[in-house]
Amino acid sequence: MRFQLRRIVNRVMNGLAAASAFLVVLPLLLILAFLVYQGASSVNLDFFTHLPKPVGEPGGGMANAIVGTLTLIGLAALVGLPLGILGGVYLVESRDPRLPWAVRFLADVLNGVPSIVVGIFAYTLVVLPMRRFSAVAGGVALACIMLPIVLRTTEEMVRLVPNSLREAALALGIPEWKVVLRVVLPTARAGILTGVMVSIARIAGETAPLLFTAFGNRFWHQRLDQPIAALPLQIFAYAIAPYDDWHRQAWAGAVVLIALIFLTSLAARLATRGRVRGAR
Amino acid sequence: MSTAIMPNHGEEAGQAATGISATRPGRPAHWGDQLFRLLLRAAGLSLVVLVIAICAVLVWKALPAMRTFGWRFLVTSVWDPVAEHYGALPLIYGTLLSSLLALCLAVPLGIGAAIYLAELAPMWIRSPIAFLVELLAAVPSVIYGLWGVFVLAPILRMYVQPALSRTFGFLPLFQGPPYGVGMLAAGIILAIMIVPFIIAVSREVLLAVPNTQREAALALGATRWETTRIAVLRYGRSGLVGAILLGLGRALGETMAVTMVIGNRPEISASLFAPGYTMASMLANEFTEATSNLYLSALIEVGLLLFAVTVCVNALARLLVWSVGGAVAGGRE
Repeated sequence: MRFQLRRIVNRVMNGLAAASAFLVVLPLLLILAFLVYQGASSVNLDFFTHLPKPVGEPGGGMANAIVGTLTLIGLAALVGLPLGILGGVYLVESRDPRLPWAVRFLADVLNGVPSIVVGIFAYTLVVLPMRRFSAVAGGVALACIMLPIVLRTTEEMVRLVPNSLREAALALGIPEWKVVLRVVLPTARAGILTGVMVSIARIAGETAPLLFTAFGNRFWHQRLDQPIAALPLQIFAYAIAPYDDWHRQAWAGAVVLIALIFLTSLAARLATRGRVRGAR
Repeated sequence: MSTAIMPNHGEEAGQAATGISATRPGRPAHWGDQLFRLLLRAAGLSLVVLVIAICAVLVWKALPAMRTFGWRFLVTSVWDPVAEHYGALPLIYGTLLSSLLALCLAVPLGIGAAIYLAELAPMWIRSPIAFLVELLAAVPSVIYGLWGVFVLAPILRMYVQPALSRTFGFLPLFQGPPYGVGMLAAGIILAIMIVPFIIAVSREVLLAVPNTQREAALALGATRWETTRIAVLRYGRSGLVGAILLGLGRALGETMAVTMVIGNRPEISASLFAPGYTMASMLANEFTEATSNLYLSALIEVGLLLFAVTVCVNALARLLVWSVGGAVAGGRE
């Protein structure tokens, strides 16, 4: 009798766990289905080659926003990647016990800081002195978000490089810096690349920190010290506007953005497939 | 692979063994090495400097508002840019309520899904589901917002909210006109957004529980569920709390999706149907419109508050997750 009860409880709880797993995946499928349904009809060649049209005129595209997003990612990577990768190497190769702990901890904490707060930081640091919104400010904000992600994944990957490899190189009389640059980093390359891709996928969709740094722009940007358009910003602006045609454009933008992000994530996954295990 | 199985607190000892800078007596460091080490150290320090700088800049810019309003800023609920009077209580209330609502929905689902993925599911289905959950985490906030505005809010307005007020209408939580957008929509969107984080971290925690725990319980005749409850969940308890706190940290600072569905009105209302406002969405909406210095300073003080709260929540969460295992920090595949 008691055993029967325990078996029933077992069944019920296991069933609930399975149900919640499927329930969690459901929104993703719903969102993707809706994106494709709404957006596919609006994505056409014009979307990639034309500027946004004024209100009332149908058609137009988000060419400037696509280029803007890529520009912002490039600017962020310029600062975020070298610092992140070197910092990650530092966490593994340093012999100081305390500072790496603090760096690791602060990286995780910074990773959890709301992106809009990072936006405020970039605003006071770059926008206020320059007295205008600019692509550079947006790049700085995104770099701050990118840095902890790259740093932590690089650390994990560099840690996987076997010590015998380092010892072999050192035994040949090669100085440490060359060992790191020519032996350790190339060995961990695939893993580091994954971290880079993941961080790019993350910042590509960031909107909040760009609101008052990159600001958005309905035209092509001429220089990097001017406001610049970005895909997520444009989607936001169009989604909250009251025009049906703009809503369609927002869905189209969302499809393009999510395709960009999923492809990057997929590339990140493929880059490490099989290799990480091989490196161990 | 000493690092992989080594618990976190033993890391100091392990570091000397892993890094190439283990001391090599009797040989002066190459000048290139010294330069290189300096460079690495600078890169590591840059992150520390960055966090300190963010903190310092926020405090510095929020000072005028802090001096003007003092602690009243936290407990008054008037937000009037014309009269230059600012109180953040409705924002704090909105942030806490929407995050709490999200946790109520996301925690049972997230932990349940993590248990399924780590303990119960057949092997072939684990990695596809884990992959889908990863994708769910990669969807940008603004797209969740778009979906929330055009799909979720109409569904809530037409079906869910009327049904809720018919059945539970005697509770103040479910009273008032069904707008669709409002606290309920924000809570649901937030729940969808934080669930992948809760699953990812708690799955790692569960996987870090040693198999001997499970075997011991199974050997005593426990069922699958009893094993999970007694031997696995209890063992990983603090890590799971950490996972939930990480989710909370995300929910508190989430901006775009919430801004698009919460209704953006700085009022305190007991009803989940009513529009509200959060700290993050206030910043998103009003920051570029701040005309006076005091207005800007008040907004930055809101940002500082958000920063302080999320840093505390995240720091606590990290420490808890690390405590279950260094196992988790070092032992992931």
